[in-house]
Amino acid sequence: MKALKFLLQKEFRQIFRNPAILRMIFIMPIIQLMVIPMAADYEVKNVNIAVADHDHSVSSQQLIQKIAASRYFRLINYSNSYQQAIKYIESDKADIVLEIPLHFERDIVKENYSKLFLSVNAVNGMKGNLGAAYLQNIIHDYNDILRLKWIQLPKISAQPFIETVVINRFNTLLNYKIFMAPGVMVTLLTLVGSFLTALNIVKEKEVGTIEQINVTPIRKYHFILGKLIPFWILGLIVLSVSLLIIRIVYNVHPAGNIFNLYLFAAIYLLAVLGLGLLISTYADTQQQAMLISFFLLMIFIMLGGLFTPIDSMPYWVQKITWWLNPVSYFIEVVRMVVLKGSGLADIKNHILIILGFAIFFNSWAIINYRKTS
Amino acid sequence: MPSVVVKNITKKYTQSKKEQPIIALQNISFEVEKGEIFGIVGPDGAGKTSLFRILTTLLIAEQGSATVDGYDVVKDYKSIRQRVGYMPGKFSLYQDLSVEENLNFFATIFHTTVEKNYDLIKDIYSQIEPFKKRRAGKLSGGMKQKLALSCALIHRPSVLFLDEPTTGVDAVSRKEFWEMLKRLKQEGITILVSTPYMDEASLCDRVALIQNGKIMAIDKPNSINQNFGKKLWAVRANNMFGVLKTLKSWQEVFSCYSFGENYHVVMKDDDNANAMAIHDYLFKCGYREIEIQLIDANIEDSFMALMHTENEK
Repeated sequence: MKALKFLLQKEFRQIFRNPAILRMIFIMPIIQLMVIPMAADYEVKNVNIAVADHDHSVSSQQLIQKIAASRYFRLINYSNSYQQAIKYIESDKADIVLEIPLHFERDIVKENYSKLFLSVNAVNGMKGNLGAAYLQNIIHDYNDILRLKWIQLPKISAQPFIETVVINRFNTLLNYKIFMAPGVMVTLLTLVGSFLTALNIVKEKEVGTIEQINVTPIRKYHFILGKLIPFWILGLIVLSVSLLIIRIVYNVHPAGNIFNLYLFAAIYLLAVLGLGLLISTYADTQQQAMLISFFLLMIFIMLGGLFTPIDSMPYWVQKITWWLNPVSYFIEVVRMVVLKGSGLADIKNHILIILGFAIFFNSWAIINYRKTS
Repeated sequence: MPSVVVKNITKKYTQSKKEQPIIALQNISFEVEKGEIFGIVGPDGAGKTSLFRILTTLLIAEQGSATVDGYDVVKDYKSIRQRVGYMPGKFSLYQDLSVEENLNFFATIFHTTVEKNYDLIKDIYSQIEPFKKRRAGKLSGGMKQKLALSCALIHRPSVLFLDEPTTGVDAVSRKEFWEMLKRLKQEGITILVSTPYMDEASLCDRVALIQNGKIMAIDKPNSINQNFGKKLWAVRANNMFGVLKTLKSWQEVFSCYSFGENYHVVMKDDDNANAMAIHDYLFKCGYREIEIQLIDANIEDSFMALMHTENEK
């Protein structure tokens, strides 16, 4: 026990003497949490639109004004030739071309029917897709206004009409920052847990100090605990710093009990620390450890449901994620607790699964870690 | 009872299945008495470090057995780790901890304190004590080595393993270091020290000459030299470079190599060899200012001779 105390003392001394680690622990969460949620936004804004208006009527003017007034669109060109407008798509300056045909207004009034043409730049699929959808909404809206103007609706509508009302539960304003920030927090915790632990142990291998330690009577589990406990504590500190930043910058107050979050994070850290330990038993140099960690983290985060929902991934990828990816569980739990206010009973299964991950990674690592070669 | 017993140790490193394994140690056996300074002398790659790693329980040999202080290196590795001190060839203390912290750390993990064994390391540690607040990484080479030795001694080991302790250390520090080892010997500590420097061999009580994983000779340094068994001539002349070529191509010469300012020469027909014959031959070949002396062999000469016979085999 005394040996463990001394190992911990030594470990903390080294950590606090290493300015790079301290910077990583405090400055990295601040920057990542400030930048990523602001930038990683699912809402498509600033869709550039070029309009080819052959009609030059009041109606076409009204429609264009309505589009330009929306904060989603930027009118970058107004002309009377489709050829000219399409050039903007070709040179990547516009995302959508709206063509208003000749006699647009006359046809609405006389024939009760008119057509518009949209040409969408699909190179950036998400922007094109969502932009077109927004534009159609606006045109639809305009259509309704026209109807009210031209046609006197009877008291009882001749056609059945369904009106939908949407309420966003748990995130009323559909604010993506609230949705992203807790997820980014998870990646930070994973980084500290697995990356730093792996690097720290491999550094001892690289410098040769592990050789010196191995000929001492220190027990295997003392050495391992001496490495894991400091990073477990650091992980919880990073969590606290992150929660504080989320509260101050995004004004997110977790709906659920923050204790549940800490409880889950404590177990989750055991799992990622085990992963770090496991990486360190296979890597001989810090460079190798970096590359392995980077590879795994990339996969964990991309498949973890931070940016794209897991449910829309192919079935076999979903299987991989649920079986092998601890990050996806934590992302889910954080969102459940912070946004929805889920309690212990709701995250019980997640806790058990992560406990399983922790046991799996740690036992594998301990079996693979040997003092003798 | 001998302090260290090595019996028929063989160690191979397998690179890949296709290639032949590299044999680091080949059927090595020797014994080291208690309180002895035992030198393992050999060039780089001879297998010195592998041998030390086996004896300090860091590596397991394929064949053979070894005991340290009566404990088996495989079965009783825990007991061995309690009682040996190991100083690896590469400086491997925590560079970001201070001198004092390193020493305290190693004392504690051996369940002891610096105060308890201070008398043992006093001579060594007192030299670096003025810098005890300095980080180990910022020490000079000689000071690092003293700190490493202090850390290896802090738990009063009964056997001390020093893997090339003087490599990369200046001449004065090397001399000091060997004096420290002599004092430790008086404390009854068995010391195994490996070195690539032949001149250090004469400072050991006994040496094992090792080459390509095989022990070529084990004896007191003096006995090894006496066993040289041939007349050794030191030769110099005006055109030194030419002399080497001439002598090497001369049929009568058994071996010839440069040693300091001279060439050391052994003749094939040893019994009838004399300085005049060599002198005459060199004179005939056009060399002047020829000096030839009969000298006693030292460890390096013995090593070269043993290597020569090994290669002949």
